[in-house]
Amino acid sequence: MNKTVFLGALTVAGLAAGASAAATLDDVKARGKLNCGVTTGLAGFAAPDANGVWEGFDVAVCRAVAAAVLSDANAVEFVPTTGKTRFTALASGEIDMLSRNTTWTFSRDTDLKFDFAGINYYDGQGFLVPKALGVSSAKELDGATVCIQTGTTTELNLADFFRANNISYEPVPIETNAEGQQQYVAGACDAYTTDASGLASTRAAFENPADHVILPEIISKEPLGPLVRHGDNEWGDIVRWTLNALISAEELGITSANVAELASAPGGNPEVNRLLGTEGNLGEMMGLDNEWAKRAIAAVGNYGEVFEKNIGEKTPIGLSRGLNAQWTDGGLLYSPPFR
Amino acid sequence: MSRDNIAFVRTHMLPESPPPAAERGAVKWLRENLFSSVGNTVLTLVAAYVVIMLVVSSAPWFYNGIWDSPSLSACREMLDGRTGACFAVLTERWNQLLFGFKYPPALYWRPTLAFVLLFVALAPVLFYRYMPRGLLILTGLYPFIAYWLIWGGSLMVPVFALLGVLAGALVYRRMLTVSAGVAVLAGIVAAMVVWWAAGRVTPSLADVMALQPVASRDMGGFMINLMLGVICVSLSLPFGILLALGRQSSMPIIKWICVVFIEFIRGVPLITLLFVANVVLAYFLPPGTTFDLILRVIIMITMFASAYIAEVIRGGLAALPRGQYEAADSLGLDYAQAMQFVILPQALKISIPGIVNVAVGLFKDTTLVSIISMFDIVGMIRGPILASTEWNGVYWELFGFACVLFFITCYGISQYSQWLERELRTDHR
Repeated sequence: MNKTVFLGALTVAGLAAGASAAATLDDVKARGKLNCGVTTGLAGFAAPDANGVWEGFDVAVCRAVAAAVLSDANAVEFVPTTGKTRFTALASGEIDMLSRNTTWTFSRDTDLKFDFAGINYYDGQGFLVPKALGVSSAKELDGATVCIQTGTTTELNLADFFRANNISYEPVPIETNAEGQQQYVAGACDAYTTDASGLASTRAAFENPADHVILPEIISKEPLGPLVRHGDNEWGDIVRWTLNALISAEELGITSANVAELASAPGGNPEVNRLLGTEGNLGEMMGLDNEWAKRAIAAVGNYGEVFEKNIGEKTPIGLSRGLNAQWTDGGLLYSPPFR
Repeated sequence: MSRDNIAFVRTHMLPESPPPAAERGAVKWLRENLFSSVGNTVLTLVAAYVVIMLVVSSAPWFYNGIWDSPSLSACREMLDGRTGACFAVLTERWNQLLFGFKYPPALYWRPTLAFVLLFVALAPVLFYRYMPRGLLILTGLYPFIAYWLIWGGSLMVPVFALLGVLAGALVYRRMLTVSAGVAVLAGIVAAMVVWWAAGRVTPSLADVMALQPVASRDMGGFMINLMLGVICVSLSLPFGILLALGRQSSMPIIKWICVVFIEFIRGVPLITLLFVANVVLAYFLPPGTTFDLILRVIIMITMFASAYIAEVIRGGLAALPRGQYEAADSLGLDYAQAMQFVILPQALKISIPGIVNVAVGLFKDTTLVSIISMFDIVGMIRGPILASTEWNGVYWELFGFACVLFFITCYGISQYSQWLERELRTDHR
């Protein structure tokens, strides 16, 4: 048995614990695997397929970071976390980063001591109602019964919204999204409210999606993004700029198809050259080699490709870009320059 | 009166005639049980109506069920508006429901074999009156074989673990003449020494009879529920007995340790202990060490179950008449012998229904691990399967399947315990 060896290691590791807190990059490289926290399953964002391979919008961020750091998009240990375990898993060092449609809020950034590396999806809370209800605006929901997940920010947003508009509602508390779908389909509530992306995937799973509409009002801001622990800024930079690289790649017209060609020799656009490492040494500045962004883009594609493949209009989730379009197309995605 | 005055005398016995039609067979049963009064007749008719409606309305769901389809939407297309189940999710994802989504499919035979061997190992214990005692050796070997099959790796790890246990048992036997307490301590020390020595040698023997190793994290599905259930129940029995005896002990320190442990654990919900196992322990352990999550959960569930079983057994001990204790003492038996030969066999027999109750409840409680993001069968359903774009929206089929698996297991346990109670009944009722 390795028990005694293990106990010995435990003691030594305990003594070394204080020192090893910082350099996450070295830990990841030494381990050869990135420990990335994801959900236990959310359609389109993160779920294992029939062969057990993780796929999804949030999963792509993990894979991009792994490709940038370890040169292998598959060198990721996906650690499934629930809404209740995600923050302790990150704070305790069990995972190196959390990519689990987590809303960037003030208290999570400051009080819980995390650093959000950016925003990969601008979400907001919406309402799903049956067409038969004949409602075209959330403000007409006076006196409606509303299914709502307990203990979430959506619950507070809902109360705020109805109070601000001086109308009443009756909450039907539910525990999980799956339960919410069931209750709503069974007619236990007139309206179901959660993040708009969740509503879209919920509606897509219905037998007759056309019988239900998502109301135009979005009553809260839910910027979702990957996050890391406070205190290791080098590692935070790597995650932040990997995400920015994917976003910039779309803006600059770099795709998984043409990235190899563009990276083979310096081209006409200096920012493309800097991003792909044919000019300058941006990668070395953050402790990687200069081809980091090229590998990340080649592995998962640019932001637009990731979006279309996992949650875009051609998938069953069927989300339109909306706020998540590039700033040049009227959206909010705006990566700082690579310079 | 002479014989001639009598008009007719029967010369033979009449054969027994069957009871009137209304007093026999199905008619009698119906009349007595279903239509004995106006009120009962009404209730019977209403109940029959409800049952028939249930069957009629649910039959098409089973009858029209689709067993072969790539996704829920394809299912709905095939059904074309008819009511019908989409069992295709079971045919496509059965392996994930049983083994989790990361256990290598080529190795499914290993947990399956371990499952089959479980019955071989359990049989000598469960039916000990009908099996030769020698077969108990299989039971003793089983944990090590099952570990090797499920987790893989070098055969040397379980072999050395077994050697450690054997060394400990041997030393215990030798020292038993000195004192029971010393023997237990010496046994533990001997086992530790063997394990320590083995820990030195094992790395160099990593390839001996090695099966492809599978990490705990890669396990899931109903396999986890079974593993947790079997391991935790079998571990919590001996611990529960020790705790129950300790609580009755006349030695104050031992008594108070047991009381505090039992009362603390029983005062805390299982889900809290699981969160401690998953979340809080991670803060105490240094970063980088991954103390196997399954092991943490096993420890917590075992602690939980031991406390409950201890109370059940204490009930059995308390139910024994005082005379039994005195009889054992008057025979000159020491404490260990009295417990082993007189008290525990009777107390455990009384406790069987309670123990089975705890075991069944515990087995079902193993689904709580889905909340700490382990993919047991409920975790698999709620997480990956319902989150896949193909199967988002399938509920009844999946949860029904889980229900069937749990029902089969729990009903089996319950039937066995009833049989065992009849078997052990020595009083004359």
